[in-house]
Amino acid sequence: MNIIVAGDGKMGSTLTRQLVLEGHDLTLIDANSKVLESTQERYDVMVIQGNCATMEVLQQAGIKEADLLIAMTGADEINLLCCMTAHAMNSRLHTIARVRNPEYTQQIYKMRDMFGLSMAVNPERQAAIEISKLLKYPGFLKRDTFARGRVELVELKLNEQSKLCDVALNDMNNIVKCKILVCTVLRNGKAVAPDGNFVLREGDRIFVTAPSNELAVLLRNLGIITHKVKRVLVCGGGRVTIYLAKQLEKSGISIQIVEQDAQRCVDLANLLPYAEIVQGDASSEILLESEGISNCDALATLTGIDELNMIISLYGSSCGVPQIITKLGRVNNKNILENLSLGSIISPKELCCNTIVRYVRAMQNQTGAARTVYSIADGQAEAMEFLVDEHTSHCGEPLKQLKLKKNVLVACIAKGAQQEIPNGDSSFNRGDTVIIVTNGDRVIYQLNDIFE
Amino acid sequence: MNYKMMGKFIGLLLMVESIFMMPALIISLCMKEYSSVMGFTVTIVILWGLGVLLRLLCRKAKKNFFAKEGLVCVGLGWLFMSLLGCLPFFLSGAIPNYVDALFEIVSGFTTTGASILEQIEGLPYGILYWRSFSHWLGGMGVLVFLLAIPMGGEGGSGFTMHLLRAESPGPNVGKLVPKMKQTAQILYILYIALTVLNVIFLLAGGMPVFDAVCTAFGTAGTGGFGIKGDSIAGYSPYIQNVCTVFMLLFGVNFSCYYLLLLGQIKSVFKDEELRMYLGIILASILLIVWNLRGYYDTLEETVRHTAFQVASIVSSTGYATTDFDLWPGFSKAILLFLMVIGACAGSTGGGFKCGRALLVVKNMLRSVRQLIRPQRVQVVRMNGQTVDEKVLANTNTYVAAYVIIIIASFLLISVDGFSITTNLSAVLACFNNIGPGFEAVGPTCNFASYSLFSKLILIWDMLAGRLEIFPILILFSRTTWRQR
Repeated sequence: MNIIVAGDGKMGSTLTRQLVLEGHDLTLIDANSKVLESTQERYDVMVIQGNCATMEVLQQAGIKEADLLIAMTGADEINLLCCMTAHAMNSRLHTIARVRNPEYTQQIYKMRDMFGLSMAVNPERQAAIEISKLLKYPGFLKRDTFARGRVELVELKLNEQSKLCDVALNDMNNIVKCKILVCTVLRNGKAVAPDGNFVLREGDRIFVTAPSNELAVLLRNLGIITHKVKRVLVCGGGRVTIYLAKQLEKSGISIQIVEQDAQRCVDLANLLPYAEIVQGDASSEILLESEGISNCDALATLTGIDELNMIISLYGSSCGVPQIITKLGRVNNKNILENLSLGSIISPKELCCNTIVRYVRAMQNQTGAARTVYSIADGQAEAMEFLVDEHTSHCGEPLKQLKLKKNVLVACIAKGAQQEIPNGDSSFNRGDTVIIVTNGDRVIYQLNDIFE
Repeated sequence: MNYKMMGKFIGLLLMVESIFMMPALIISLCMKEYSSVMGFTVTIVILWGLGVLLRLLCRKAKKNFFAKEGLVCVGLGWLFMSLLGCLPFFLSGAIPNYVDALFEIVSGFTTTGASILEQIEGLPYGILYWRSFSHWLGGMGVLVFLLAIPMGGEGGSGFTMHLLRAESPGPNVGKLVPKMKQTAQILYILYIALTVLNVIFLLAGGMPVFDAVCTAFGTAGTGGFGIKGDSIAGYSPYIQNVCTVFMLLFGVNFSCYYLLLLGQIKSVFKDEELRMYLGIILASILLIVWNLRGYYDTLEETVRHTAFQVASIVSSTGYATTDFDLWPGFSKAILLFLMVIGACAGSTGGGFKCGRALLVVKNMLRSVRQLIRPQRVQVVRMNGQTVDEKVLANTNTYVAAYVIIIIASFLLISVDGFSITTNLSAVLACFNNIGPGFEAVGPTCNFASYSLFSKLILIWDMLAGRLEIFPILILFSRTTWRQR
């Protein structure tokens, strides 16, 4: 597909990498020619220097032949203007704009119609929703939901006390006593697709699919003691914090926000009457101590500086905070973060990138595209949700008779209200929802792609 | 330095070269020229073997590939390609001296067309074909060809930009479409289409098939190897005129043709470089015709020969229909000027390139204005767009390197004792990839009389001229080879 990406910042370059990998024709627009130069030397793309909201530049970028425009510049207003102008020049163009100012959240659906947007993305809001999901089930490093929230894919880290250490996957059911499936194991930074004889070890990070109503059972049987999160300490008062505070207000979790800038604190206090705002330097241990870091239920480090977030999270973990969430802007090399106790790592731009990639894949094949796509195991594996429709082959045949591609796993089949963790005798039928996990570089665009 | 990735590329390059040598082998077989059959067979086996070996050794290449690797890869690639590509000449006995054979093939690949052969007629057909085909191959660039074919995932990365930049001529190389592979394919499709058109026009004039194909190869690459001792002079006026037109066409930036296909005719003719190119040609023809009045019998003959010679020199082809060395001084001076200016950037032609000359002049005028009014802030524009200061700085560096190399080569080959005109025109003709010069290296003579040392210098000049100096110059820099 012919895709134009306006804005070659952090977000833009993450997207570029993924979309080029999937074989699309990309044209990048940015005002800064230095950034473009270095991007062009790294990826096989064309670059145009200029203001992406002007018709001349859009013309140069080939807007007439483009299928999709993704506006990712730093300014919401330019993104909107860019999409509106582009849409006027090419009416069959799909447009995606990044709109992240909290003031626009209320009206985003109306704005979508007004500006002719196909989709509006908001990485910070997505991150906040992700964090609030994690806070509801402490104990998991990552939680992705499928089939309208009925199936979950959770990430667990096995520490030395874990009951699962040195257990083969075949024997796992005796311990957890519920229907779960381990789809991927991340060991020493490499994703492994395990079979029944695979023995788990300390330090492994495992990715498990389970029906949502079994999660509590799973946690209990694994001996992970979880008490409900009642008080969260948040460092940094940026956009994610605002969205998060609004989310947490609904679930009745109290929130303390530490922010350095005095004026920003006043703004936050205006905006979030429910939260407790503290003005001060979040990197100061004395301040964190006096705000009760040692007895809060969860710590979220959401400042704009990655290094600061990491340091505060490490300090929090040394103070014994049960759940830690670290926001990172750049996660190019997750291996080096492996051994640090940073808790769950949330990257807004990665979340947003996943959303857009999912949209692009759906555009590519109108029928049978994935409904949900999550990248798991540090991007080495993907979990996708598909609806079985009339075009799907091999309906009703037991899985053991099917020849699936290497590294493809059917992780869950949701039939109506029932969720089934499949074994060799399971089969899927029209109307079911199937969750597929793939390891490696292979891209699955539609359900039929999983068969040999 | 990522030697393995470079090895992988060069391995592929050698394999592709061996495939391109097959038609020459087949022609030799058909004509029962057994000495050249042997030469081609041995070379193909060596090329293929080395290529496979290099690729096997460099299987596990890392993907970090930067500007430096791109430049070195192009420089080394051309060097290896030439060192091995001249083997058929040497092994078949057509050119008994290895350095002479190397001179001939480098002259072919760099589309220079300067020959050391005293007698062209009577050479085996396979050898003649390979000689002309080397022009076609070198014209658009072999690495650009590699970028056009699927290479098992290597083509998809951004570093291929470094290869395109290093091999394609011009101060500001860019892609036509987002994907490198498609850009390279478009370039080659245009190139092939124009070549086929040229062959058809030549055949229509009653030229024998073999002659037509070889002449078209020489024209397309703006090379200039003829298969006759008197170049194009022996063919009919129609054929000479067809050559004139196509030589000029191949000197135009290929992205202009792409824009024409897209229907953007206006923007093509607004292109400043194209206007300058056409303007220079027209002015040169008029001036030389005026200067040559009374030299030929009819006006038609004067115009035809003038247009042909001007087209041949400005596009850096080097075909000839008349001995222009006998022309009056003013006409020769104009030809010398055309040698230096050369064709458009992004064409198959050589020389300094019109676009670059335009940038240099504009930048110079700006500096002069700056001297008079130091406070004035100005930018250099080209086709209505501001030219990046980095491009201007690179262009100025290029001028310096260009002049220094010409002077140094001129001094070095002067040892052989030829006249100043001969030496200077020899250097200019080789470095700008033209072919014939004046006096002892004029259109009716050849480079055979130069010493071994001078030939090596001229070989270096031809490579440096084709690759626009830096990919070759960087091979001689200590910083390139130092481990980091």
